[in-house]
Amino acid sequence: MLVLKNISKTFNHNTPYENKVFSHLSFKVNEGDFITIVGGNGAGKSTLLNIISGAIQADSGRIILNGKDISKVPEYKRAVFIGRVFQDPMLGTSPSMTIEENLSLALSRSNNISLKWGLNINKQKLFKSYLSNIPLGLEKRLKTKVSLLSGGQRQALTLIMATMKKPDILLLDEHTASLDPKTALLVNNMTEEIIKKNKITTLMVTHNLEHALKMGNRLIMMHNGRIIMDIKGEEKAAMDIPQLLDKFEQTQGEKFANDRVMLAR
Amino acid sequence: MWQNILLKSIEQGLVFGIMALGVFITFKILKCSDLTVDGSFPLGAAVAASLIVGGCNPFFATFIALLSGAIAGLITGILNTKAKISDLLSGILTMTSLYSINLRIMGKPNIPLLNKPTIFSIVESTLEKIPGFPLKYMYLILFLIIAFGVKFLLDALLNTQLGFALRATGDNPQMIRSQGVNTNLTKVMGLSLSNALISFAGALVAQYQGFADVSMGIGTIIAGLASVIIGNALFGERSIFISTAAVLFGSIIYRSSISLVLSLRLAQASDLKLLTSIVVIIALTAPEFQKVLNKNSKGGCKHAGVEKHIKNL
Ligand SMILES: Nc1ncnc2c1ncn2[C@@H]1O[C@H](COP(=O)(O)OP(=O)(O)OP(=O)(O)O)[C@@H](O)[C@H]1O
Ligand SMILES: [Mg+2]
Repeated sequence: MLVLKNISKTFNHNTPYENKVFSHLSFKVNEGDFITIVGGNGAGKSTLLNIISGAIQADSGRIILNGKDISKVPEYKRAVFIGRVFQDPMLGTSPSMTIEENLSLALSRSNNISLKWGLNINKQKLFKSYLSNIPLGLEKRLKTKVSLLSGGQRQALTLIMATMKKPDILLLDEHTASLDPKTALLVNNMTEEIIKKNKITTLMVTHNLEHALKMGNRLIMMHNGRIIMDIKGEEKAAMDIPQLLDKFEQTQGEKFANDRVMLAR
Repeated sequence: MWQNILLKSIEQGLVFGIMALGVFITFKILKCSDLTVDGSFPLGAAVAASLIVGGCNPFFATFIALLSGAIAGLITGILNTKAKISDLLSGILTMTSLYSINLRIMGKPNIPLLNKPTIFSIVESTLEKIPGFPLKYMYLILFLIIAFGVKFLLDALLNTQLGFALRATGDNPQMIRSQGVNTNLTKVMGLSLSNALISFAGALVAQYQGFADVSMGIGTIIAGLASVIIGNALFGERSIFISTAAVLFGSIIYRSSISLVLSLRLAQASDLKLLTSIVVIIALTAPEFQKVLNKNSKGGCKHAGVEKHIKNL
């Protein structure tokens, strides 16, 4: 359903800071896949999600969603099909607006520029019912400004906003990384529940190998802009953390080896 | 005498308050430093005065003035979003061009409107027929209706889906793009709306004071900002309803303080721009005020960072 073909991306082209992140990366996501993505810092995980969402334009290559080439479609138009939760809890919501106003923006995702009232009784009832599914007490605080919420509450809210209108694809970038363990668990459970219930195709970046193994049906490991491991189903079920760590350290080792080669020259 | 000074201050506070509401839209809602203001305010005056002198109906002239401001804002918006010029510079470019354009429109630096029909003279001649109507308070009543009318319309707009999108554009452009909104479009709309209100205020002021002058725009932005800051500091921003009311009250307090300073002969009229700037500088450097203005400085405009830009002025 989502196909990336020959994606290349270099940051700061023709400058001393030139940084080739992807070179001819190809990769296919099947309908209903819940893919967890792991990899070291700077592997290109966030950049991959940014290229899919349109926040960053690839230099070349094509992105095909449901048979349509969306490579040239601007971010705000792709947003109609793509839901996102960022690592930074500040990024997903509008802080000076209330919870219900934020939810309203998500509810009318494809027709936000209309002169209808942003809120009405029906919407407020709907938002209450959404929020009462999570044990954070937000359903009683619809008129609270989001700037007053904790990081975990914001991430939960952002997740609800990203999935309120079922997206074709959901992009989660370490969305629980900045939360305390208890809240992270809560948001993670919420994530699994929503994805399962609505059968949302999902890409989830995480540094937590346990989550990466436990959640989803497919696991991808990235290194230096390449996909160095792509396992699913039984193969994924059979994988455990030590094995994954091993693979992970191999990549790091490769890096050390490279460094040594460089120094030897 | 004091009663008269107070009356005049409130009248001025209200009519310039409409301009301040325009400034509020860019600086507080879009969190974008728009300097078109100093050009769009006299633009409104120039368009209305020229049309009225040319024999045009004053109501229609005022409406055209409002449209002209919308176009000025549109141009700043396009410079910022399409040509990718920073918000600050886009505004300065439009403002500077408007100085020449306003002179062209007026044909001379000053157009007197004495003995010409204005919306006020027309209303006055109607009200005169009502026996016992307190004509002394006509401007007060009219400006109350117009300024609060604009305020309530703006409140309503900011509570529509479009209004939510505008507010989110200033608050967190990345987020609102990922909710499917073209932030370039909302930014251009916000700048247009803001400058439409500012030109509208310019047209009203020209008819109220009886002339349009090509230099009447100098310092408008600082006066507008001062009103926004004073209102914000005194009344807070718990909701849109309160924030917009705060702008109007801020404007009234600003004009009253100026009248007070002038009538006590603490300063002369030519010192006012300096005084206002000092007030704004103090406000911007005082920590509590800074918090108010800096909050969410991520802003909707390209290269925004409101606080930085305001200080760069
Ligand atoms: N906007 C940008 N401009 C310049 N370089 C960038 C930009 N975004 C990412 N990069 C570079 O691209 C490379 C990949 O970054 P990316 O953020 O995708 O890594 P990541 O896998 O998400 O890492 P992490 O686990 O630390 O989040 C890094 O070298 C980074 O410095
Ligand atoms: Mg990352």
